[in-house]
Amino acid sequence: MRIVVAVKHVPDIQADRSLADDGRLVRDGGDGTLNEVDENAVEAALVLAEQVGDAEVVALTMGPPDAVDAVKRALQMGAGSAVHVLDDALAGSDALGTARVLAAAIRKVAEGGPVDLVVTGMAATDGLTSLVPAALASELGLPPALTQAVEVTLDGGAVTVRRELDHADETLRAPLPALVSVSDSANEARYPNFAGIMAARKKPVTVWSLADLGVDPADIAPRTRVLDAAPRPPRADRVLVTDTGDAGAKLAAYLVEHKLV
Amino acid sequence: MLVLLDHADSGALRPSALELITLARSLGDAEGVWVGSAPVPLEALAGLTRVHRVAVPYDEHLASAIDEALSAAIDATGASVVLLASTFDNKDVAARLGVGRGAGVVTDADAVALEGGRVVAAKTVLAGTWTTRVEVVAPLAVVLVKTGSVPADEPTGGTPEVVEHTAGATHATGLVEVVERTERAGTGRPDLASAQVVIVGGRGTEGDFGPVEELADVLGAAIGATRVATDEGWIGRDAQVGQTGVTVSPRLYVGAGVSGAVHHRGGMQSAGTIVAVDIDPDAPIFEIADFGVVGDLFTVLPQAAAELRRLRG
Repeated sequence: MRIVVAVKHVPDIQADRSLADDGRLVRDGGDGTLNEVDENAVEAALVLAEQVGDAEVVALTMGPPDAVDAVKRALQMGAGSAVHVLDDALAGSDALGTARVLAAAIRKVAEGGPVDLVVTGMAATDGLTSLVPAALASELGLPPALTQAVEVTLDGGAVTVRRELDHADETLRAPLPALVSVSDSANEARYPNFAGIMAARKKPVTVWSLADLGVDPADIAPRTRVLDAAPRPPRADRVLVTDTGDAGAKLAAYLVEHKLV
Repeated sequence: MLVLLDHADSGALRPSALELITLARSLGDAEGVWVGSAPVPLEALAGLTRVHRVAVPYDEHLASAIDEALSAAIDATGASVVLLASTFDNKDVAARLGVGRGAGVVTDADAVALEGGRVVAAKTVLAGTWTTRVEVVAPLAVVLVKTGSVPADEPTGGTPEVVEHTAGATHATGLVEVVERTERAGTGRPDLASAQVVIVGGRGTEGDFGPVEELADVLGAAIGATRVATDEGWIGRDAQVGQTGVTVSPRLYVGAGVSGAVHHRGGMQSAGTIVAVDIDPDAPIFEIADFGVVGDLFTVLPQAAAELRRLRG
C-alpha cells in the first residue's frame, strides 16, 4: 500500500506575517514551518501505514525552495520518501491551481506503483481557504466528502472517517483509492526523535518541475486577483482594568454604555 | 445570482441563509437553491424571485450532491454568481465547483460588491490582522460569505416561484456510503456562527463553564470554547472557535479565561467589540481587547451578570 501525504510550508503564525504590494503572502521571512494541521496529516498517514504493515508513506509538497523543509519534517517523523514540486511559475498559485499541480504530482507518483490513499490537513494557516482537499479529490476523481476527519480507519480495501460537523456527526465510508483530510483533533502528532532526524538525511527528496508533471502554467492561472491589501488599524479607545473588587460591575456598565446589551 | 439555502433536516433555514438573501437582494435579482426533500419554508424566502428545488440521487448532505445540485441550477439559470455560507462543508462544495466548472472561489468574505460587472469580495486574512479586496476574474464567481457579516432583513416581497430539478448522478459520489449521520439538537442558545453575542470559555475556566453560562443567559449569548477547552473534553468540539473551528463575527465577543492564541484570534478577531477577562495580565488577548479585565473570571463574570440583571430590574 502507498499513502501520499500532502503538506505545506507556511510562515509561522506566531511571527509577524504580511502581504506584499501584489497582495501575495510574504513567504521568505525565514521563519517558515510545517503547517500545523499537516503534522496531524503526517501522523495519520504514519499510523495507518503502521497498522497496514508493508506500507509506504510519500510526503508531497509544492512551493519555493524553503518549502522542502515541510517534507523534511515529514521524513523526520517517519515518511519514507518525498517529492517537492518546485517551479518559479508556481508563485501566486491559488488553491485551485495548487490542487491541479498536486493532482499531477500524485499521478506521477502513481507511475511508480498505485497510490491507495491521499491524506492532507483540513486547512493551512496561511490562506485558510480549506479548498485544496476537496479540489484535489475532485481533480483525481476520488470519492468526495471525506474531509475534516477526526478519526480515520482502513479495513477491507475501504476507508472510514468520522466527522464532527457544525450541526451533525457523521461516519462516511468509501472504497480505496480515496483522499481524506484530517482535523487537528484527529490525533496527537509525534515529535521526530534523534534516530528519525538522522534517518531522514538519507531519505530521497525528488524534485519535479511543472514541465516534469506536464502541467502548463496557463492551466494554473489564478481565478481571483487581490485588488488591495492593508494591515487593519489597531482598535482605538481600549480600556484595561485590573480587578480590585468591582471589575464585574465596571464591565456591566461598559456594556450598557456601549449599547451592547 | 444564486444563493444556497442551508437548512436543517426539518427544513428550518439556517440563520446564515437569511443573511445571504439580504446580501444577494442588495446586489440584484436573487434566486435560491434548495437541495433535497425537506419542505421549503416559502414565507421565509420572500424576496427571492425563484427557488430551485433540486432532488439529488445521493445523500443530500454530501458536498458532491450539493455541488451537483448547484450545477443543475447554474445550467438552468445561466447564473454567474453563487453565494454560500462560509462553512467547512460549503468550502468542499465550492472547491468542487472550482474544479468542475472553472469557478473563481473566494472564502470567508465579509462583504461582496459588483464593480464594473465583476464580483469583488472583501475579507480579512492572517488571523484578522489584514484586510483585502479580491476580484474574481473567472466567468463564474463562487463566494463564501462569513456568517454574521450582513445583518438579515425581515423577508419582504412576494413568495418565490418553485422550480423543480433533478441533479445527475456521478460515479465518485456513488462510492461514498453514509454509514451514520446524526444531526445534533440545538443547545437552546443562539447558533454559534451567527450569534450577535458570543461568550467563549478557555483554559481559565478549568472546565467549569458555570460563570460563562450564567453570563450567556443574561446576554442571550451563544457559548464557544478554545481548542484547549474542547481538547480537554470540557465542551463539544462543535463549540471550538478558531482557525480550524467556527469563525465568529458577533457584535460582542467575551473571552473568559481565554489567553488569545493565534489560532483562536483567527476565528474571532473581526468581532465588533472584544471583551476579555483573564487572570494573566500578559495574555495576548489583551492586545486586541476593547475592554479587558485582569481578574478572576469566577468573581468578575457573576458580578457582571448580577449587575446586568439589577440594571434591567
